[in-house]
Amino acid sequence: MDNNNEIRIGFYICHCGSNIAGMVDVADVAQYVEKLPGVALSRHYKYMCSDPGQELIQQDIKDHKLNRVVVASCSPLLHEHTFRQATEKGGLNPFFFHMVNIREHDSWVHTDRQAATEKAKALASAAIQRVAYHKPLEMKKVPIHPDVLVVGGGIAGIHAALTLANAGKKVYLVERDPTIGGHMARFDKTFPTLDCAACILTPKMSAVGSNPNITLWSYSEVAEVKGYVGNYKVTVRRKPRYVHEDLCVGCQECIKACVYKEPKFPDEFNEGLGKRKPIYIPFPQATPQVVLIDPETCLQLKLGKCKQTCVAACADRQAIDFHQKEELKQIDVGTIILATGFKTFDAKRLAAYGYGVHQNVYTALEVERLVNASGPTGGEVVLRDGQKPKAIGIIHCVGSRDEKTNRWCSRVCCMYSLKLAHLLKEHSDPATEIYNFYIDMRTPGKGYDEFYDKLLDEGVHFIRGRVGEVTDWAFTPEEEGKLVMRVEDTLAGYVRRIPVDMVVLATGLEPHTDAQAVRRMFNMSCGSEGFFLERHPKLAPVSTFTDGVFIAGCCQGPKDIPDTVAQAGAAAAEAMALIDKKYIEQEPNTAFVDETDCSGCKSCVPLCPYSAISFVEDKKKAVINEALCKGCGTCVAACPSGSIHQNLFEDEEIFKEIEGVLAYD
Amino acid sequence: MPTKPKIGFYWCASCGGCEEAVVDLAEDILGVVEAVDIVFWPVAMDFKKKDVEAMPDKSIVATLLNGAIRSSEQEEMAHLLRRKSQYLIAYGSCAHMGGIPSLANQFSREQILKFVYEEAPTVVNDQKTRPMLQFEEKGRVVHLPELRHVVRSLDQVVDVDYYVPGCPPTAKITKQAVAALLEGKLPPKGSVLAPDIALCEQCPRKESKPTDLSFTEFKRPHWTKLDPTKCLLAQGVVCMGPATRGGCEAACIQGNMPCTGCFGPTSRVKDQGAKMLSSICSNIAPKEEKEINQVLSGIPDPVGTFYRYGLAKSLLRRKVNLPVNGKDAAV
Repeated sequence: MDNNNEIRIGFYICHCGSNIAGMVDVADVAQYVEKLPGVALSRHYKYMCSDPGQELIQQDIKDHKLNRVVVASCSPLLHEHTFRQATEKGGLNPFFFHMVNIREHDSWVHTDRQAATEKAKALASAAIQRVAYHKPLEMKKVPIHPDVLVVGGGIAGIHAALTLANAGKKVYLVERDPTIGGHMARFDKTFPTLDCAACILTPKMSAVGSNPNITLWSYSEVAEVKGYVGNYKVTVRRKPRYVHEDLCVGCQECIKACVYKEPKFPDEFNEGLGKRKPIYIPFPQATPQVVLIDPETCLQLKLGKCKQTCVAACADRQAIDFHQKEELKQIDVGTIILATGFKTFDAKRLAAYGYGVHQNVYTALEVERLVNASGPTGGEVVLRDGQKPKAIGIIHCVGSRDEKTNRWCSRVCCMYSLKLAHLLKEHSDPATEIYNFYIDMRTPGKGYDEFYDKLLDEGVHFIRGRVGEVTDWAFTPEEEGKLVMRVEDTLAGYVRRIPVDMVVLATGLEPHTDAQAVRRMFNMSCGSEGFFLERHPKLAPVSTFTDGVFIAGCCQGPKDIPDTVAQAGAAAAEAMALIDKKYIEQEPNTAFVDETDCSGCKSCVPLCPYSAISFVEDKKKAVINEALCKGCGTCVAACPSGSIHQNLFEDEEIFKEIEGVLAYD
Repeated sequence: MPTKPKIGFYWCASCGGCEEAVVDLAEDILGVVEAVDIVFWPVAMDFKKKDVEAMPDKSIVATLLNGAIRSSEQEEMAHLLRRKSQYLIAYGSCAHMGGIPSLANQFSREQILKFVYEEAPTVVNDQKTRPMLQFEEKGRVVHLPELRHVVRSLDQVVDVDYYVPGCPPTAKITKQAVAALLEGKLPPKGSVLAPDIALCEQCPRKESKPTDLSFTEFKRPHWTKLDPTKCLLAQGVVCMGPATRGGCEAACIQGNMPCTGCFGPTSRVKDQGAKMLSSICSNIAPKEEKEINQVLSGIPDPVGTFYRYGLAKSLLRRKVNLPVNGKDAAV
């Protein structure tokens, strides 16, 4: 469109039912805009996004020779694309369209109808002023790298990686711990079906280990992320295991041969309830099946002095390498799935429950290990003092639904408390009394409430009330040597003291301590509670505000295994939807350097967050790589001689918009 | 013999440096005098206002007017010369952008008068006498021009055809401007008669400018011994070169002093000071507010640094927040 031609703008204001019309006098705004310079027609319409609304635009472009279109309606995030398409179908370049947000920015946030109407006029006037300066532009296509990075090897990461790998995509799975499996690998059974967690998880773990499309990097962390959707450059830090992964066959002869004859050090996998050696494998089905050496406890690594019996046991495989160093790996991926999971609430924060003070107070995760056949006690419920408990109390909502700690419901504690009640009962003397102390029982989910019913029949006691204190201060001879749980039974209506031998704290789910650092690295947002923020709570639950970065599982918020797996599948599908399209369309709102104007002062070069600007030595000018430019505008603002321009945000467009909004009449 | 084109020179709120610049043409001035007929040049020749009033409208081919407009008299002369001239040329930074006098826009007229006539340390004025617009003695009435509320560039008062930038304009661009005028090879109206590219382009120290400046401190030129070969910004000295139109051949930098911005911004920039500020601040190394403030403390007078010549034309609000353009201009 030649800019010398007469500007003929079509203006449309949408009622959005009563969403806009309820607070903005749309007819008044339409009437006002009609008189603005360059406006050929001005209409108000019930639903501009409807098919008839879009057809109205197309027809008007033809009938009234419009060459610019402005729609005042909702957020451009929702319908900019719709109206650009309508403009294009009407025969105009789609970028001759401009959108005004008078819903989220106006009608929804104001209560004074007259003032809201005036604001709509000001915003419309700004758009009318600006759109006259719009130029025809084209969407640019950028190819997508087909490989995917999955961060976190819990059930979410495992499921996402397998889904992608089975579809033929190459996946890098990065896990911080020495093995994948995450929290699920440490659970005994899963609610409500009581499937053995290991039985359903380990096949998936070994599938990951053997899938040729998956590069599994355990004991590794993402160190740096650069780039943008379709073309991320990621640096992964591989921590030294002091064992070569490609040479170790997992025979574990070295563990047997270790100079420590007996396991001596707290075993992380068993929550410190068991012991391991300095050279170890976290658990029998660990994936990869590769041992590792803990440099804090290994005599050779700590003191430089050891008989190195492990090396002798490894013999000519020569997998053990005390000189192994941290390694940095660079990879190119197009999309990223974050499945970094959660941490459990630190029960020590609630001093009244005596965790860490009374040795028979346990966290739920510890009990998962205690009841597990491959756990430190072989599945026998034996307390730290060697006794078998005759009465057990399970406290719900520890670090959940609590103003003092975490406000949110952790969603899984009611169900896993029921499960643990069942398992403890199963693994103990039938006479063992089990008490559940709950605020509300929350059992929504397929088969969940039925499971609760089953527990009621199993003779587990349910006491409604938040436990005030766990104490060893006995008032009566029966309380002697016991842990006394003080609680207001809100159904019975009095305060009770219940002596037990074992207390189980149903600790809630929290964001990882380093969630903020991870958020920054991947350029995402966190909600106020610290979990990663999805793009839309309902309609884009696994997307983030960064294109090409998806989230799955508990890093987004507490959830159970079925929901986690569903999200992981969804994230994999979202990634595949991008990959299989093979390219992404990018807004043409890129910046460009006018070569004749650039003085070569280099001010812009270091500022670009996407490394899109380079300094061409032979010309002594800055150049922007359009494919890398994301249109953030940093260089445009910083160019001291005004020689960098940005499509859709040229100075004249912005100044006209400001003028329009400030001096709208 | 055909009549020579008539040229006028006039000065408003200026220091006289621009007049010097004309004289600085040295022997070349003879060529100018040969080619033109100087009809008005109060600093050098005896003309009166009434002589100009007597000239037919548009009879002067071009008037080169230097200085900002801050008094009623200057405003009147600007209007008069506009009427009499085919081309009115804003000559020098003050006419172009308000210049150093427009730094006065940081203060109200009352603040300025009060300081100058009452509070300045060298003033003894017990009666608090101020200049009066009108004074009568022995039947004779004497008038003085009125100081306006704000200092304005020439184009904020009258229509301007071209701008010759600089404080003062160099001999070279003055000659080029006069030549273009005489040969009728003029660019579109409203142009600044200097290259439309920032000074770095012709700076002899360009090669020594690093890609990443990452400022950790700013130094004022007199605080440090400056390396005469290295980019001044790389030495932590605010050099306005990246935000300033070239054409001066880096005269200040050749003298081992930073560019202070007198040629004004390129045609693509509305606010020179804001642009430089934006550029410099984007390149400050620290990311924490306290450390950033520490770095910025090396620029004690940001307005005087970034807006030394252009406050009148900047987007910043005046102390007296009144419109400067159009018929409602508060003056």
